Amino acid sequence: MGLLEVKNVNKRFGGLQALGDVNLSVAENTVHAIIGPNGAGKSTLLNVLVGKLIPDTGSVIFDGQSVLGRKPHEINQMGISRVFQTPEIFGDLTVLENVLIPCFARRDGSFKLHAFETVMHEREIVDMAEQMLTDVHMIEKRNLQASTLSRGDKRRLEMAMCLVQQPKLLLLDEPTAGMARADTNNTIDLLKEIKATRPITMAIIEHDMHVVFSLAERITVLAQGTPLVEDAPENIKGHPKVQEAYLGQSHE
Amino acid sequence: MFGLNKKDSVLFVLVLFLTMCAPFLLNPFPQGSELAQFNAGYPDLMQRFVIFGIFAIGFNILFGLTGYLSFGHAAFLGVGSYAGVWMMKLLTMNVIPAIMISVIVAGLFSVLVGYVSLRRSGIYFSILTLAFAQMSFSLAYSVLTPITNGETGLQLNLDDPRILGVSEVNGSIPPPNLFGLSLRDSAEMTFGNWVFTFNTGYYMCAVLMLIAFYISIRIFRSPFGMMLRAVKSNQQRLNYTGLNTKPYTLAAFVISGMYAGLAGGLMVAMDPLAGAERMQWTASGEVVLMTILGGAGTLIGPVLGASFIKYCENIFSKINDNILHQWFAFMPDGIEDVIVFLVHPFVGKGWHLTLGLMFMLVVIFLPGGLVEGGQRIGRLFRRRKPDAASDASQTKPAE
Ligand SMILES: Nc1ncnc2c1ncn2[C@@H]1O[C@H](COP(=O)(O)OP(=O)(O)OP(=O)(O)O)[C@@H](O)[C@H]1O
Ligand SMILES: [Mg+2]
Repeated sequence: MGLLEVKNVNKRFGGLQALGDVNLSVAENTVHAIIGPNGAGKSTLLNVLVGKLIPDTGSVIFDGQSVLGRKPHEINQMGISRVFQTPEIFGDLTVLENVLIPCFARRDGSFKLHAFETVMHEREIVDMAEQMLTDVHMIEKRNLQASTLSRGDKRRLEMAMCLVQQPKLLLLDEPTAGMARADTNNTIDLLKEIKATRPITMAIIEHDMHVVFSLAERITVLAQGTPLVEDAPENIKGHPKVQEAYLGQSHE
Repeated sequence: MFGLNKKDSVLFVLVLFLTMCAPFLLNPFPQGSELAQFNAGYPDLMQRFVIFGIFAIGFNILFGLTGYLSFGHAAFLGVGSYAGVWMMKLLTMNVIPAIMISVIVAGLFSVLVGYVSLRRSGIYFSILTLAFAQMSFSLAYSVLTPITNGETGLQLNLDDPRILGVSEVNGSIPPPNLFGLSLRDSAEMTFGNWVFTFNTGYYMCAVLMLIAFYISIRIFRSPFGMMLRAVKSNQQRLNYTGLNTKPYTLAAFVISGMYAGLAGGLMVAMDPLAGAERMQWTASGEVVLMTILGGAGTLIGPVLGASFIKYCENIFSKINDNILHQWFAFMPDGIEDVIVFLVHPFVGKGWHLTLGLMFMLVVIFLPGGLVEGGQRIGRLFRRRKPDAASDASQTKPAE
């Protein structure tokens, strides 16, 4: 059984079937890519996984426990972190503070009234955050206000915030969209490096096929809310159904 | 110093100096001179500076950090006042139990109000807090009259039990005291025409304000304070980062409610009576003005805002037509009358008009409040050096 088991999940928005009978199994320690044309329901699927949406039917089992009906913070504490399609960071805080917050969340859980400690005196937390920023090559920007960063840097920051939690499952929604080629390659290298240094499972949504084929060990193609095929990367490329979905020819 | 970084220590010492030397600093003009009316070194006014300072410091922990704008914080101040007066009726004129009970009762009440109001955010949160405060205000006037003494307000009586103290001394109510030290006592110091008054009550309030200010600095620099700022910045992200925002905002709400209770307790310690008007929405609005005028989210802003508004209130509301005629006496008679006529609505009872104008000017031209104004002036004087100051609070870069 996989780390994540999605079974028969359906979600309708009014008349629109955003997810139709989605079945997905993500094996532990693999990188699983989910691809598909715009509006296929990829982000909606992630929203179900992190507790932002509750599906109409179906079940989602993570690490042997049901995710459905839990609050977003509980799901994160179970070990799922998500990078959003449009960067979600703390714009008013500094880059360093953005990374400190997930460090505290990891050490202290979902709430602690640590009103009399001083942030900067928590050495091991500050070290952990600074190490993470070094890893993503942002350490020299640590005192900048996060909202002043470029779009690419914001994405990298958000990724650092998720990675520093050392989640069991990392969900990435188009992590390289809006990045320059060089940054995209850096991101690929970073994710490969993370993967090589410790056990982590990733589900990655991506339109950039270069990224997908560099990282993915397993690919699911989603179209109009339903998985078309799931296979190893080398079998996906030439698959007729995939071509059809991407060229938008389906009339059935 | 005391776990504060260099910049915060400097700020704290500055506030310490200002509060301790206030009787000198606020009385710069000699008695009997034209300008003596601009002095502010009276015990009564100085007490108001620091008491409202505490109220605003607490309000800023909620509003400045989390961005949740409460329009009902005067309710906590009012509840604290009633509780304090009751302590002085039943127990003793020593103000310590009264102040403690004010903080506790206001804290408990804010748990209830906060728990319900924080189910919503934004304007709905503000309206819920406003509704709670107006409910408390009406209750104090009607059903709760046995506790609040309705319109007259809750006062001390000669036949109050005061089981740990005495009901009366020589046919009058004993003054509030701090372990026997009467809070109404003042020492006076005279230098030629200058008179400086050192009031026990003021110094007690000032010390409590310094403690309150110190706690607020610690909260601002703590992980808890950082989480509160994160709530304001992006609550969604905080949830998806594994943090439960509800207890964080509730804790901030209750802390600020307890600060309001402390302010209410000190008011009755200085003057043992409590009335429902203390809970009215105008009183809640006033602390919002103080915080924004001074600079919401800054450490010193609320203290500045509170003192500024209380000072202006004192000055502007004292001015009447006679004084205006004196000021403009040098002008030709006709013009003098016109000027006095024009200025009249802005002073005396109409001083709120001036307050409203000042508030509008600040919000439009200085969104960061007086603190931002101070920073701009500071920048004009010393051409900005490359960020040496802001580095002091940071740590070394990783290797
Ligand atoms: N909250 C919502 N309410 C109504 N409709 C929604 C909602 N969220 C998504 N949809 C619709 O569901 C469909 C799937 O959206 P989704 O964002 O999951 O697509 P996607 O595969 O992530 O596309 P993209 O590649 O453009 O990000 C779209 O038609 C979208 O308009
Ligand atoms: Mg999407």
